[in-house]
Amino acid sequence: MHLLKKLATLLAVLSIFILAAGPNVQAKDTLKIGSFLAVTGPASFLGDPELKTLQMYIDEINAKGGINGHKIEFVHYDTKGKAKEAKNFVNRLIKKDKVDVIIGGTTSGNSLAVIDIVQKAKVPFISLAGSIKIVEPVKKWVFKTPHTDKMAAEKIFTDMKKRGITKAALITGNGGFDKSGRAQCLAMAPKYGIKIVADEKYDNADTDMTTQLTKIRATDAQAIINFGFGKAPAIVAKNIKQLGIKLPVYESHGVASKKFIELAGEAANGIRLPAAALIVADQLSDKDPQKKVLLAYKEKFEKKYGPVSTFGGHAYDALFITVEAVKRAGTIDRAKIRDEIEKTHGFVGTGGIFNMSPTDHLGLNLDAFKMIEIENGNWKLLY
Amino acid sequence: MDQLLQFIISGLTVGSIYALVALGFSIIYNASDVVNFAQGEFVMIGAMSAIFLMKAGLSYPLSAFLAIGITAAVGLALEKFAIEPAKNATVVTTIIITIGASIFLRGAALLIWGKEIYGLPPFTSNNPIQIGNATILPQNLWVMLGTAITVLGVKYFFDHTRMGKAILACSYNKKAAYLVGINVKRMLLISYGLSAALGAAAGLLVTPITFMSYGAGVMLGLKGFCAAILGGMGNSMGAVLGGLILGLVETVGAGFISSGYKDAIAFFVIMLVLFIKPSGILGKGETERV
Repeated sequence: MHLLKKLATLLAVLSIFILAAGPNVQAKDTLKIGSFLAVTGPASFLGDPELKTLQMYIDEINAKGGINGHKIEFVHYDTKGKAKEAKNFVNRLIKKDKVDVIIGGTTSGNSLAVIDIVQKAKVPFISLAGSIKIVEPVKKWVFKTPHTDKMAAEKIFTDMKKRGITKAALITGNGGFDKSGRAQCLAMAPKYGIKIVADEKYDNADTDMTTQLTKIRATDAQAIINFGFGKAPAIVAKNIKQLGIKLPVYESHGVASKKFIELAGEAANGIRLPAAALIVADQLSDKDPQKKVLLAYKEKFEKKYGPVSTFGGHAYDALFITVEAVKRAGTIDRAKIRDEIEKTHGFVGTGGIFNMSPTDHLGLNLDAFKMIEIENGNWKLLY
Repeated sequence: MDQLLQFIISGLTVGSIYALVALGFSIIYNASDVVNFAQGEFVMIGAMSAIFLMKAGLSYPLSAFLAIGITAAVGLALEKFAIEPAKNATVVTTIIITIGASIFLRGAALLIWGKEIYGLPPFTSNNPIQIGNATILPQNLWVMLGTAITVLGVKYFFDHTRMGKAILACSYNKKAAYLVGINVKRMLLISYGLSAALGAAAGLLVTPITFMSYGAGVMLGLKGFCAAILGGMGNSMGAVLGGLILGLVETVGAGFISSGYKDAIAFFVIMLVLFIKPSGILGKGETERV
């Protein structure tokens, strides 16, 4: 009995010793990055490349020994695009997994749903969704990397001004992206001296938009703007051609994929759209600082997974803004990482060159969008 | 007013798409009083099969032919493995089975073909035809031609062929049909196969205009269903009339009132019609058996 007690004491002492020594054995604490993305479900075309990008680069960083010795531990949950799931998973990331930084929130709905939670828990959160509402007004712990629909509207109007267009017709669908884009177009037009003379709508499942376009034809519009994604913009483009309307047509960044050109065929030629530089990376001038970053990302992604999309690029930007912030902070303290993310300056990402500040948690200006024209079934960089 | 011509032409082109889908409902309805909610999925499967057969290198006509065959096989399988085992089910239960089948078929299509949107090339030229100051695409004429052929074919089938009459007999009175020597089970099976083949043909005709993805059958099916109800369920002329009216109300409403309320206007008209004549414009009134 006596011996057993002694042994137990010895064991207890030993274990305390081991526990105390534990952290010192490792080089440095691991940085825990939490993520919640819509990898399946209707927004999977966004979430899927985002997850692949994060995994690919985190593996690479760890293989190279981590960020200043901090290895990255990656925790991921699939929200299927549902806001309720997003809330549950963010709570779990914060309370159970105790992550240091959160990157994710594929859709605007998912991102907006978790803002209160991350603000209360004081965890830096970089959103991968489009809505301007995520960072306007500025929330202390919330950042984002994708371009906003407001920027798309402004870029389109800048181009119209250059061409001397003062009257434009708007045609949009009934999806969230469409509605938000329409609102931004209506809000931004007066600033550029452009009058919206028609405001037509369609259902995203509609098969024919000739009626709305006939109405537009009867107005004195000098150009047509269509905000949307999926098959509807392709039908709009085909209907415009069918009706013989010769006005300049603008699409949004929602159609910046080869699928649109494939579906609209010949009707896509001549259409202009604002889009991230990734789709025209090889056409950028060699002096453009983004070119190297874009081509490297494109090559790496395509070698492993196939065709690259701008959406995965947003995840790339968010991850490396975090990595740079951790490097500068020299610690994995949440508050210090947040401060450094806010100080991001001159960071060359796939979406543009980021300059964040206490009043701007996105840090991109209009130059981040390129104006692109579709020519012979291919993207052509205008400026 | 010079826009009116284009609105009417647009309405007729959209309406003929609805009519074509609506026709597919009539065969199964005539055989068993069941509204087959997987009809939109038949349209989708027909189009998607053709798209992927063409991608595999087959010619357009051969792909189209095979796609109709594949879809008919899916229709037969649906009847054999989902409808037939529930043989004593009521009409409502069977309708619910078809809703389940539509969800299953959509899920299967997602797994097989993915989430992407695809198109098919138009049958003939893509150059719009000018009528006054309005235009129409040749493919729209193909859809109208397809609708005309189908409606005449379906009418002939039910009015003048033994099999068509036998199918109708099954819906009027299963037991009596059985007693006069009609193979009720087989008639039902055939009606699902035919319905699916018709849906596939509709899919082939409309995809060059509307594009197709795994989920596109839902909306097409729904609009076709509305057209069929409006015109009178089971009546092929009614399906065409319902489709064209629905298309015209939508476009004229969108043209002269507001494109934002397009669907609201269309559904308001449908409700109004059904309020006055619940069996649809050309539908026969319910007859109570004494």
